[in-house]
Amino acid sequence: MGSTNSTLSKIPNVEELMQETGFTPAHIVRLYDRFEALDKEKTGHLRPQDFGAINRLAMNPIGDRIIGAFFSPGQETVDFHSFVRILAHFRPADKKHPKDPSMPEPVNSRTSKLKFAFQLYDQDKDGKISRAELLQVLRSMLEMQVTEEQLESIADRTIQEADLDKDDAISFEEFRKSLEKVNIDHKMSIRFLR
Amino acid sequence: PPHSPPSAKGCRGLLLLVMLIFLEGTVLTLGAASSPDISAQDNTGGGHDRRDDHRGIAGSHEHTNYTYTKKAFPVLSLDYHHIQVPFEISLWVLLASLMKLGFHLIPRLSSIVPESCLLIVVGLLVGGLIKLAGEEVPPVLDSNLFFLCLLPPIILDAGYFLPIRPFMENIGTILMFAVVGTLWNAFFVGGLLYAVCQIEGTYLSQVELLPCLLFGSIISAVDPVAVLAVFEEIHINELLHILVFGESLLNDAVTVVLYHLFEEYSGAGEVTPMDVVLGVICFLIVSLGGIAVGAIYGILAAFTSRFTSHTRVIEPLFVFVYSYMAYLSAEMFHLSGIMALIACGAVMRPYVEANISHKSHTTVKYFLKMWSSVSETLIFIFLGVATVAGPHAWNWTFVSVTVILCLVSRVIGVVGLTFIINKFRIVKLTTKDQFIVAYGGLRGAIAFSLGYLLDKDLFPMRTMFLTAIITEIFFTVFVQGMTIKPLVDLLAVKKKQEAKRSINEEIHTQFLDHLLTGIEDICGHYGHHHWKDKLNRFNKKYIKKCLIAGERYKEPQLIAFYHKMEFKQAIELVESGGGVKLPSAMPSQVSMQNIQPKKLPPAVAERALPQFTKGREEEIRKILRSNLQKTRQRLRSYNRHTLVADPFEDGWNDFLLKKQRMIELEKKMTEMSNYLTVPAAPPDSPTMCRARLASDPNAFYNIKASSEGVPTIQVDLASPQSPDSVNMLNEFSKRGATDQGLGQREGATRDEDQGLMMKPSSAGKVEKGEEDGGNKNPGLMRCLSDPGPSNEDEEDEPFLP
Repeated sequence: MGSTNSTLSKIPNVEELMQETGFTPAHIVRLYDRFEALDKEKTGHLRPQDFGAINRLAMNPIGDRIIGAFFSPGQETVDFHSFVRILAHFRPADKKHPKDPSMPEPVNSRTSKLKFAFQLYDQDKDGKISRAELLQVLRSMLEMQVTEEQLESIADRTIQEADLDKDDAISFEEFRKSLEKVNIDHKMSIRFLR
Repeated sequence: PPHSPPSAKGCRGLLLLVMLIFLEGTVLTLGAASSPDISAQDNTGGGHDRRDDHRGIAGSHEHTNYTYTKKAFPVLSLDYHHIQVPFEISLWVLLASLMKLGFHLIPRLSSIVPESCLLIVVGLLVGGLIKLAGEEVPPVLDSNLFFLCLLPPIILDAGYFLPIRPFMENIGTILMFAVVGTLWNAFFVGGLLYAVCQIEGTYLSQVELLPCLLFGSIISAVDPVAVLAVFEEIHINELLHILVFGESLLNDAVTVVLYHLFEEYSGAGEVTPMDVVLGVICFLIVSLGGIAVGAIYGILAAFTSRFTSHTRVIEPLFVFVYSYMAYLSAEMFHLSGIMALIACGAVMRPYVEANISHKSHTTVKYFLKMWSSVSETLIFIFLGVATVAGPHAWNWTFVSVTVILCLVSRVIGVVGLTFIINKFRIVKLTTKDQFIVAYGGLRGAIAFSLGYLLDKDLFPMRTMFLTAIITEIFFTVFVQGMTIKPLVDLLAVKKKQEAKRSINEEIHTQFLDHLLTGIEDICGHYGHHHWKDKLNRFNKKYIKKCLIAGERYKEPQLIAFYHKMEFKQAIELVESGGGVKLPSAMPSQVSMQNIQPKKLPPAVAERALPQFTKGREEEIRKILRSNLQKTRQRLRSYNRHTLVADPFEDGWNDFLLKKQRMIELEKKMTEMSNYLTVPAAPPDSPTMCRARLASDPNAFYNIKASSEGVPTIQVDLASPQSPDSVNMLNEFSKRGATDQGLGQREGATRDEDQGLMMKPSSAGKVEKGEEDGGNKNPGLMRCLSDPGPSNEDEEDEPFLP
């Protein structure tokens, strides 16, 4: 436990971080170790190249989107706090969390998880997934194995299915509704981050 | 709508049932009774007949070998013995099937009492009848018959259609319940029974520990047949269903090991720690070996199916034979046959389905369902018959203690295990879930057969065991089976969601999979998603190439899913009827219609079909077009084994020409928006066309052409905005399909009205279309050639997790 405490003391505002994200000290330490491993040049910040060095991430069809999600708009680096805050989205939801309306929505609730996923689709941050954005995602996921025509058909159908207010784009509410049968808590949680 | 009031219908159904039971029972008893007499007669009379038939024998022999009085030539003789065995088997199968029919004729009954209970009752009745007739009840639940013939179809059906994704997601929980839960049950029940037997006053003290443990292990296994039978009717949510069902399948390995262990050592009288260690090793070998055997046969089957493109008719056979051989091979080595069968079905399915034609797929599905259904029915009936057959040794203490202990141990086991499991699960199991899992632990015929297998000499208390097993089975099936449905409703347990998967779900789920894999990589965590992703990549790169024929292995799962959905929708539209009336003079009145939509006849408004957006019907048209091109590849294989001439065979070139014209027309018609008349196709149009096809070879070419038009183009016609496809139908119907009744009403008039010129094709467009076709999924074609049944929820499940 001594090493945990010493590592914890290295991190500024660690109490606040734990409060905000709900991680335990052990988790924070683990994530800090990982952060340091990724931060090869020991600057205390991560740059896109550091993420890019993860080989498997390069193979991921939406790898660059995920990396982009860590960086707030305009920022070029990620510090440890932001790193942890993003990863906190993937903590399994706490069933026992009291539903206190005055408190802000916990960062790992179903809605927050969905919002995070939504933002990955919605690159221009206009609150809607337009047809073009959807096409982009499809293109990257299907990795050149299909024709443009097929992609467009799929995109059309997808929007048609989900689009309730007929504005030819998928808003967050529509997105959430189309996923109501999927167990997001299960799907978007990483076990070790409990 | 039924013509008779329900009560009369119910009475009729009941009468039919009773009649059938008596009929079957009578025939069976008669058969059993008459066979010994007739066989005696046969030797003289029958032998004589046969000798007459075989001319090869010299005539003199007949006179010297037999001293017989010449009787009149037997015009009609009865030779039951000759056909006895197959006849009786067929009678049993017929009885089972008629029972199934009968139950559904009685409306209220099937909703109160689960089918399994009714079937056991029928078995009791038939057994009773046979006994009343004084005949010996045949040992129908003979272990060989059960394990080699009756059980495999059910397990194969379960394994082939096992929903892989929920199964794998919950595999830890399922294994815990199956292995640890069954062990707990076996030892708890066996141990406490022994303790009870030792109590003075029960007169059971001769029952030793090991036989008790053996009994415990037989009775503790949850039975897949019973679970399937009961759970199928309550439509419970997927998680609970897969938990109980998966447990019932996987506990076979434990049961096999425990059974053999205790059986072996009951003779010796004691079990040393060494034996326990060996038992554990044996368990690992039995389960992993079974799975390995199944996987090997599954891969063999997948590989074989890669080459079946020219002999489509025997494709389903490979699925069945390889699976059965996997089962038999595993049983040969005393490995777990059930696990082998499950592994075989699950491994082979994604590859085989990519290779075989749609018709073969439907055949496999229907045969599996049919066999498993008949097997299940027979098993329950035989349970009833075997109950009547006895022999029974009723012992109040033993039986009642068994029943109580089984319940108690199940509850304790489930609660205890859930407590531990919930620490590791993301989605915890609630108390309601636990209750259903505990209550759904039904025992069935496997326990009975295992008990039946026991050696009479080694186990003098075998009859008592059998009685106890039967009582336990009856208790679980009747009491628990009947009450589980109301309890599920009472506790408001989540039911199965009937809605189909949408493409949104599919896309987003895949997206989330990628997202989670990426996050896991960032965290440096080798989790669930990481391994799944690795497996998928490996699968795509190496395995699919070997096992899937042609170019299909490259096709992404999302595309397959999407095409399936589109086609299902297309076919649904066709079947729901495209009968929107169109005022006859179409093109010239286009503008008029735009201006005066209200002038449409009321019939139109009533029968308005779902409006498609431009883009939507565009895409459907494109898919269908490219699909028609794909047709050529799939339907070349016509030979004498196909029942009906494939309509797409000849006239292909002609069709291509038409297609080119259609593309031109399409360009012209794109700005029109109006309702069209769709000659309402008869609901069985594809089959009707083929029937006409078969019967009228002269009109072969033309009929083909129009029949081809009917199933494919109808979709476009149903769309209010595809005038060009109407033209396509026109072209076909123009070719003299006057006796077809398709397009006959509208075709002629429309032709005149169109007056459109056909331009020569632009080759470039056609080529692009061809290229598209090359990339597209033959799954399109599969869906097209045979609409199949409507609720195929297994098909919506993507092949790979």
